Amino acid sequence: MVPESYYVALSAVLFSIGVVGVVIRRNPLVIFMSIELMLNAANLALVAFGQRIGNLDGQAVVFFVMAVAAAEVAVGLAIIVTIFRVRRRLSVDDLSLMRW
Amino acid sequence: MAHVAFFAIAAIAVASALGLVMRPNAIHGALFLVVNLGSVAALYLMLGAEFLAAAQVIVYAGAIMVLFVFAIMVLIPGKEESGPDPRRGARILALPVGGLLLLLLVFVVAARWNTPRGALVPNGSAAAVGRLLFTSYLFPFELTSVLLLAAMVGVLLLARRRA
Repeated sequence: MVPESYYVALSAVLFSIGVVGVVIRRNPLVIFMSIELMLNAANLALVAFGQRIGNLDGQAVVFFVMAVAAAEVAVGLAIIVTIFRVRRRLSVDDLSLMRW
Repeated sequence: MAHVAFFAIAAIAVASALGLVMRPNAIHGALFLVVNLGSVAALYLMLGAEFLAAAQVIVYAGAIMVLFVFAIMVLIPGKEESGPDPRRGARILALPVGGLLLLLLVFVVAARWNTPRGALVPNGSAAAVGRLLFTSYLFPFELTSVLLLAAMVGVLLLARRRA
């Protein structure tokens, strides 16, 4: 039986990698995927802690996080495609204005 | 035995996460993310969350990643991350800051290392999670459907070609 703390430590590692990915990458699609990585790390911690204290509520919350992530990805990718249609370039450094 | 499996899966998860962050090609990153999501699904199985493992493979590794790959294919002429980096200093700084964040997270989590163990081990079967979702979490569950509908309408509005 692997202790739950190992899972939480792994989730901390994955979350940190996701944060670094969001900061160092310039492609908005890769930044988006790093955000998915962070959401996933948080889910892993929720399941591990839920297992530790012995109830299922953590798993119910993970289910909702998955649903919200699906909605977020759909809207976010639509926004990126719209920006690309206007700008013909794909770099977050160009997008420092709210409107142009 | 379980330890060996855990460390093997954890190594795959960390390596694929690093691949996502390091590789310049977005499509490689997407495939690395699929590997990562799959290994996390395996960890869910090891934790006894069977329903979530299945949902992870279907919703994340299936639906969401197909959407990502599709968007990358649409946007592939976008010349990204070529040429010199205009903000190189800030991005080099990101590595020590990320390491610091990791230290902080481990520090916070270590304070909860010895959370008292619950009396019973929950089983994450579809029946148990479904019963919970349709009793205590019924209202948030219905709100989720409204959220997904709103997202769908919003995406249609955004993706429509302006005349």
